[in-house]
Amino acid sequence: MSAGHHHALYLPGDTPVHRLPPQCKLIAAVGFAVAVVATPREAWGAFGVDVLLLAAVAAVARIPPALVLRRMVVEVPFVLFAVAIPFIGLGERTEVLGVSLSLPGLWAAWNILAKATLGVVASILLAATTEPRMMLLGAERLRLPALLVQIAMFMLRYMSVILDQARRMRIARESRGFVARDIRQAPVLARSAGALFIRSYERGERVHLAMLSRGYTGQMPVIHDLPASWRQWSAAAVLPALALTTAVVARSLA
Amino acid sequence: MHVPDGFFDVPVSAGAGVVAAAGVAVCLRRARRELDDRTAPMAGLVAAFIFAVQMLNFPVAAGTSGHLLGGALAAILVGPATAVLCVAVVLLVQGFFFADGGLTALGVNITLMAIVTSVVGWAVFRLVSRSAPRSRTAVIVGSFLAALVSVPTSALVFTALFWLGGTAPIELSSVAAAMGGVHVLIGLGEALITALTVSSVLAVRPDLVYGARGLAAPLVLRTADGEVAVEEPATLPAPKRGLRPVLLGGGLVALLLAGVVSFYASSAPDGLNKVAADKGFNAYERPHDLENGPLAGYGVSGVEDERLSGGLAGIAGVGITVLVGGAIFFTVRRRRQDKAVA
Repeated sequence: MSAGHHHALYLPGDTPVHRLPPQCKLIAAVGFAVAVVATPREAWGAFGVDVLLLAAVAAVARIPPALVLRRMVVEVPFVLFAVAIPFIGLGERTEVLGVSLSLPGLWAAWNILAKATLGVVASILLAATTEPRMMLLGAERLRLPALLVQIAMFMLRYMSVILDQARRMRIARESRGFVARDIRQAPVLARSAGALFIRSYERGERVHLAMLSRGYTGQMPVIHDLPASWRQWSAAAVLPALALTTAVVARSLA
Repeated sequence: MHVPDGFFDVPVSAGAGVVAAAGVAVCLRRARRELDDRTAPMAGLVAAFIFAVQMLNFPVAAGTSGHLLGGALAAILVGPATAVLCVAVVLLVQGFFFADGGLTALGVNITLMAIVTSVVGWAVFRLVSRSAPRSRTAVIVGSFLAALVSVPTSALVFTALFWLGGTAPIELSSVAAAMGGVHVLIGLGEALITALTVSSVLAVRPDLVYGARGLAAPLVLRTADGEVAVEEPATLPAPKRGLRPVLLGGGLVALLLAGVVSFYASSAPDGLNKVAADKGFNAYERPHDLENGPLAGYGVSGVEDERLSGGLAGIAGVGITVLVGGAIFFTVRRRRQDKAVA
């Protein structure tokens, strides 16, 4: 992975979804994920409705479907795990193309695949329509501990710097003929990690001193407040409310 | 190892969320002691460092490669509370900005990868570095063992959670064996890199390693009149609380798990019983000799309420384990002291 890719996750735009206050979108995304997880796995139709809901959000936010599909790569390790479950699962077995598969295992694999995919797409849409900095301001508005939000702010701010440093060290290693072939190369990597830690820590000290000299007292000044109107909250609530209704209907029908 | 949505059912996700929130809240208070007012910038930079280090792939064996979890490493470098915060922030950022790890599984992820790895790693590190004389070797060996233990422990806690509320029907023992086996290998890689990283930081800036406070030699001024040792003003008084919090905390968690969580454990037959029933060889099952014992079948005889009974049996089980373990520990220690005297 190259440095500074967190900016690549945000897709600038000026749509109703982009304009919603970040705290509303955060709550909406988490609420949607909870509703999806609470949906019974036998309800095929309910997951179809959830997919349509997300597609509608993506259409309103003008996020191209190809971009969402490309970013779903993070899911791959768990797809592999889900595919393995029907083979190693217990219980009643069935024959598909001459391969014996576990029925409850198939259900579990479907359950994980469907819910994880919906959750990943919801997070991708959230990240694509919300600037990282705004997301943290929204988290602060939601009364997340201020210290935690500050740590996340510093991390986001300096992540690309540290990743750049790590990349330069990698280029320096490789231009001197280094290839990590087996465990014997571990000391070199460890020394790089140690050097990177010292550089990060010392940069932290410098940043702290610079902030102290500008009057830092342990709290970040609030430069612009992010008020959310009742109308914006209800607009954001549409997605989780519809998903929750779907889940409740699916549950009562099951 | 990031858990996605849909992997655990709602009660376990919510329970892990409560544990994660409580753990992070405790660490927010304690981190101020480790870094005082520098907490936010320093922890932010360390979190960015952990994020970068997690991208450092190292070859494990036969073409596969692993990456560092970093919990134990962070605990030794910056202290356990700050480490929990840093890894938790890394996980939050990965969940919300990179869609890596489900939003409803954030509690599970923070519990497994931030709290368990850092706390277990730090506990092992303290145990090792306290039982050996203070030296660089002790710190390095301690960090090796800390990382080695922390990774499989995290995998086993994952297995336990999966047994409590996983959504897939997999035999518990096979999951535990597979997860444990794979993660012992990953743990070896993690241990090697952690120990080497700690030793390389120790070589250059020993003052930065939280786990090696007090290792620095006193400052000696060499003047024309000879050498004068300068008394170090007690900069970082190590909290002298010993092992008691670790033991008490561990005991409390064990009691909680045995007494409360066991209510919610699946009452379906476990993997082995299930296979046995399916294959029809449970006809050969012989009643256990202690079937009528006071704690047989994980229930206290004479207590009607099923949950209360199961919980009481669990607590009694933990108590008995602690008593037996303590007795063994004390006899062994006695013998060692006798030998030392003789």
